[in-house]
Amino acid sequence: MTFKKLIISITLSVSIAAAAFAAEPTKATVTPASTPAVAAPAAPSAPAMSVQGAIAPTAAVAPAPVKQRQLKANKVVTLSMFAVIIGITLSVVIWAAKQTKTAADFYAAGGGITGTQNGWAIAGDYMSAASFLGISGLISLYGYDGFMYSVGWLVAYITVLLIVAEPCRNAGKYTLGDILSFRTNPKPVRALAALSTVAVSTFYLTAQMVGAGKLMALLVGVPYKTAIIGVGILMVGYVVFGGMTATTWVQIIKAGLLMSGATLLSVLVMAKAGFNPIHFFDMIVNSPDIQDHVSKLMLKDGINISGTSAGQRFLEPGLFLKNPLDQISLGMALVLGTAGMPHILMRFFTVPTAQAARKSVIVAMFIIGTFYVLTTLLGFGAAISLTPQGIISVDPGGNMATLMLAEQLGADIAPIIGDLFLAFLCSVAFATILAVVSGLVLAASAAIAHDIYVNVIKDGHADQHEQVMAARITSVVVGAVGIIIGLLAEKANVAHLVALAFAVAASGNLPVVVLSLFWRKFNTAGVVSGLVVGTIASIGLVMVSPNMTYPKVVAAGAKKVVVAMEKKQAELPAGEMLSEKDTKALAKARIDELKDGTSMMGLDKPLFKLKNPGIVSIPLGFIAAILGCLLFPNKRSEDMFDEVYVRQNTGLGMAKAVEH
Amino acid sequence: MAERQYDWAAIAKNPKFIELTHKKTAFLFGWWIFSTAYYFLLPIGAAYAPGLFKIKIIGVINFGYIFALSQFFVSWGLALYYAHVANKDFDRLTRELVEELHLS
Repeated sequence: MTFKKLIISITLSVSIAAAAFAAEPTKATVTPASTPAVAAPAAPSAPAMSVQGAIAPTAAVAPAPVKQRQLKANKVVTLSMFAVIIGITLSVVIWAAKQTKTAADFYAAGGGITGTQNGWAIAGDYMSAASFLGISGLISLYGYDGFMYSVGWLVAYITVLLIVAEPCRNAGKYTLGDILSFRTNPKPVRALAALSTVAVSTFYLTAQMVGAGKLMALLVGVPYKTAIIGVGILMVGYVVFGGMTATTWVQIIKAGLLMSGATLLSVLVMAKAGFNPIHFFDMIVNSPDIQDHVSKLMLKDGINISGTSAGQRFLEPGLFLKNPLDQISLGMALVLGTAGMPHILMRFFTVPTAQAARKSVIVAMFIIGTFYVLTTLLGFGAAISLTPQGIISVDPGGNMATLMLAEQLGADIAPIIGDLFLAFLCSVAFATILAVVSGLVLAASAAIAHDIYVNVIKDGHADQHEQVMAARITSVVVGAVGIIIGLLAEKANVAHLVALAFAVAASGNLPVVVLSLFWRKFNTAGVVSGLVVGTIASIGLVMVSPNMTYPKVVAAGAKKVVVAMEKKQAELPAGEMLSEKDTKALAKARIDELKDGTSMMGLDKPLFKLKNPGIVSIPLGFIAAILGCLLFPNKRSEDMFDEVYVRQNTGLGMAKAVEH
Repeated sequence: MAERQYDWAAIAKNPKFIELTHKKTAFLFGWWIFSTAYYFLLPIGAAYAPGLFKIKIIGVINFGYIFALSQFFVSWGLALYYAHVANKDFDRLTRELVEELHLS
């Protein structure tokens, strides 16, 4: 017990120290820098930014009066709200720690979570800062495409509901390895399942950690490294002491905060339109700033439109998502990958029955869906109230749109309310990050401690005390590694990592989960070939995709900018100079123009044209899993299918989560 | 408490179990295919039938917007419909099967 108290006090003192340290530097101001991980996954944030440099107001369109904006969160108010959230969650942890005695408590909250609670926790686990800030930002800048992008994130849950939730609850115990090893050779299968879980969780965690660091730096001026360490220590504290119980409640609290923030803000947005949706859409189409913004976007494609037809264009597809094949590929990764995400699968072991698992998915679907519908209102509302130009001037990727909107709509009532509202939404973002990273650390630790340590190394012979101890030590290690990766990856391009996590889950995990639950002939060879081929194919395709940096491609792009800018300079009347923005773009392009060399994989240009590998890697994963079984049939696995099939359908002989 | 031993192969041949799994498989995979196809109509339609998506339906609100919004309602509707069928049919069949096994 003293060990626990010691760590809790260290956690507390470090977070207080971090907060105090954070109070030192100058007041945070948001500079036009992109926050990669916050950008919605796979949303090509790079194009969004390069668009920036390229939109040079041409003679045809009068340059809009760009309002230079800054987003300043009131540090005292914001950090006090952070402190309240930390305080509440740590009390939850202390309460949860008292109930966490067995492995079942640690990994599955003793099976004592209700369907409704689990539904909120799934929503809290799933909706990352990318959903919260990135998608509304996309809508505020590109209208319809941002909304269309959000749809797949909800539809993904149909697969979870119909195919995996109940069978997994009936056939599994704590981890992906438990489901897969049932009628296969458990050691290699568990080891591989654990590796895959760790890979998926690490990709996702890295994106979240880097996003968290940048977001905190942007919002409250906490230095990047302090933010990473602070978030890291809290996440380790939640998981190590409170296990699944604490993680679940942190996720429930976060989902509640997120939904209240989004609802409140949506009400304020709709109040501006007199609660009349038709009037709301009229305001979008008739906004001169939106019209001007769309005109410029379209001009890049050589299309000249203006006035209300430009405003109407904002409600039509194609301003942002230009490659339908990439969209379909991402859609496949979402629809199949969500159901293969270890941290989502793990949530189904926390409820006592298949019925509760079913209910939890349905509750989660209503929360997540409502959230995305509200996000549309926030995104369009931000475009109306703040103008796309104003949003771009704060962050070219639009990630700050929701927060700016909160400040503005609050300040319209009274300046102090603007500060409070902004601070509230910043703390929602903070809680969001904590909830998502905790779920990931727990999933990765469970895979290492339960699958590799207890079942592979110790052959399943470990008493409860040893199992819980192994889980706690693993969580500390996983958390520490997460912090180190976060610190090292500050400058790395991590935007594609979330999409990669979904692609690996869809191509590696999902085929083997579905086949092991539904196909008689499935066996060890199938799990091994499916997991290996699906995972390597997704990672390999991303390594040679446009997500990587290709110096020669960058140089070619820069050359075009230089030519365009020089031409523009030449066209200006004598004595006039390029605008400050153009001059900067030119200077940057002149440096980039000289770049040479190859990508990480030694390539001059991408071998694979899509950013999302799903459309190729998912079929490969399925084919490899099926071929593996057909080439190496196994009688025992086939004989045991009856047992798996009866168990997953009926819940007979279900592993009781409570094993006191 | 020792786990109760079941004859899994016999249960798999039980007519009630076969009825349950046939009904479930048809429902689950059928509706999964429907919802997935409906979803992919959105990116495919947006890319290859932009004219359709531009048609204004209510005021300035166009078909594309309503279609994207309909995705949410179709997903929710399907979730509720599944809950209804599962509670009424699948759970009842499962219960009957388990009772029959525990009596014998």
